[in-house]
Amino acid sequence: MLQRTEHLTKRYGTKDGHTLERYLADGGYEQARRAMSMSREEIVNECKAANLRGRGGAGFPMGIKWSFMAPKVAPERPHYLVINADEGEPGTFKDRTLMEKDPHSTIEGCIIGCRAIGAHVAYIYVRDELHLAKDRLWGAIREAKEKGYLGAKPFGVDYPVEVYVHAGAGAYICGEETSLLNSLEGRRGEPRLKPPFPAQAGAFGMPTTVNNLESIATVPTVMRLGGENFSKMSALHPKEGGCRLYGVSGHVKTPGIFECAVGVTLRELIYDLGGGVKGGELLAVIPGGSSTPILRADELVNAPNEKDALHAWHGKSVLDVPMGVETFRGLGTMLGTCCATVLSTQACPVRAMHNLMRFYRVESCGQCTPCREGSGWLERLLDKIVAGTGTLDDLNRLSEVANSIMGNTICAFGEGTAMPALGFLKKFRPEFEEYIRTGGRSSTNRLELHAAAAE
Amino acid sequence: MAFQLTPEREQQLPEILARYPTKMAACLPLLHLAQEQNGWVSDDVIAYVAERLELSAAHVFGVATFYSLYHTHPVGKHHVWVCRTLSCALNGADAIVAHCEERLGIHVGETTADGQVTLHTAECLASCGTAPMMQIDCEYHENLSPEKVDVLLDRLRQS
Ligand SMILES: Cc1cc2nc3c(=O)[nH]c(=O)nc-3n(C[C@H](O)[C@H](O)[C@H](O)COP(=O)(O)O)c2cc1C
Ligand code: FES
Repeated sequence: MLQRTEHLTKRYGTKDGHTLERYLADGGYEQARRAMSMSREEIVNECKAANLRGRGGAGFPMGIKWSFMAPKVAPERPHYLVINADEGEPGTFKDRTLMEKDPHSTIEGCIIGCRAIGAHVAYIYVRDELHLAKDRLWGAIREAKEKGYLGAKPFGVDYPVEVYVHAGAGAYICGEETSLLNSLEGRRGEPRLKPPFPAQAGAFGMPTTVNNLESIATVPTVMRLGGENFSKMSALHPKEGGCRLYGVSGHVKTPGIFECAVGVTLRELIYDLGGGVKGGELLAVIPGGSSTPILRADELVNAPNEKDALHAWHGKSVLDVPMGVETFRGLGTMLGTCCATVLSTQACPVRAMHNLMRFYRVESCGQCTPCREGSGWLERLLDKIVAGTGTLDDLNRLSEVANSIMGNTICAFGEGTAMPALGFLKKFRPEFEEYIRTGGRSSTNRLELHAAAAE
Repeated sequence: MAFQLTPEREQQLPEILARYPTKMAACLPLLHLAQEQNGWVSDDVIAYVAERLELSAAHVFGVATFYSLYHTHPVGKHHVWVCRTLSCALNGADAIVAHCEERLGIHVGETTADGQVTLHTAECLASCGTAPMMQIDCEYHENLSPEKVDVLLDRLRQS
């Protein structure tokens, strides 16, 4: 059942939630103070016990990522903590709320994170458009510095920590961690080949950890509750723990960001939190940002094998599966950023795919040929279909192009384009065929609701 | 005349440089600072940034052309970006774009004849829960309606 929590969003409703005064009144910075007298291993172990899965999209366990920075690795070289607040994945708007409404939890998380990985500097990479978020973070840094929580001796301990905000300049790809590092270094934001991984050679060639902004902002909560207690909040404990931000937008009555214990279902997210579908019935939902393949409202879980992790939901609606990194991989999609985009039956799936493929064509950084050319082909084939001159063969061509992007690019942007493309084609094959046969007349051929329904 | 930062902006430079272990890392912040003053990234701005950070002009030009928020051509005094990605489109972004074009009398990508406003579309601006939305200069305007847009654009043309 739906379990709302208030660990990350406690100050969201207050006017002064972004101020140090309010943060301190809620016990702020106590965990950073405590972390300063803990060993690196102790902090990392807390985070491992929390089963905190990265909130940036891939869901990598945060404690394990931190442990890659083990003290054995080049202790003589500077280490960096880099926070990813590029928030560009279509449908995703959660990190922005944390930065604007509660920036101090991010700064406190950075202090603890620096301590845990042996870094003395943290860079928060914020997309440039988020001017209020950048101002709030800089304001929080200033306040924390004045109090002596940052600087040469945080909390009087001889372990310097500085936090800086670094603004992007308009490029979705800079959310990809190695592209982000290039951008931080003052280069074009083109992704790097891995290996070396950031923990080996990241920012400025030095050992680096890249954490999503929500991930780091959750760390003070992990420390306050203790890793194990944090993890146990989740319906999916011990696979993934704690609470997190859920977002919902598109055709819902009350879109927004909601904090809940891990394990919310799409049905709860859409109907209980999102207030239900506006303008018709539920057609489909993109679970966690545009790169995660779409799920149809009428899809059932197919897991007849008892060994299958999803067997407990066999035959049930996909809307009733708890949202988790592994459960959603099992459904053939991904949890992604946990911000869902909802399409009502008034929305045309062909138009939705067209809209997103235009996004990927615009945002491809152009470094790898399959992605640069492939994203253009996908958009142009859809241009043709939407213009009413598509053929059934174009549907096969779309699949071919998507398949030839998959696995052939330096970074995961390629998969992020191809997977949702293949998802639309698979889930809506009959609708696409009808659309082509009728030149679009079989469909509403639009995305927005009719005026009356939008009320 | 060669580009120079104003004294107030010049004062920010040492603090920016102190954040990073390399001079190159100041490339994005310095381009932002220079564009804020100049309105766009001209050849003079590129030469200036290159010299101050000991980079080649080719490097700085490569950076300036990679990112969508650096303008490598003259633009209007104000910028309007209308988000057109899926959540906004599901909530009527196309009509907002069309409305802006009509009210401003220009197409997306163009600048009004008086040089006041440049109209752009944007990809998802992390404001999907308050769609449709647009950004005007440094501010977000959310839950838009054509009427709201009219008020905003009128104010902008006079400022
Ligand atoms: C194309 C692309 C865009 C991405 N955009 C973001 C983003 O905007 N924010 C983010 O935190 N992670 C983004 N990621 C994921 C990052 O590469 C990285 O996995 C993440 O920041 C790690 O943080 P986490 O372990 O805390 O999730 C993106 C990845 C790809 C391939
Ligand atoms: S789709 Fe417009 S802000 Fe996200």
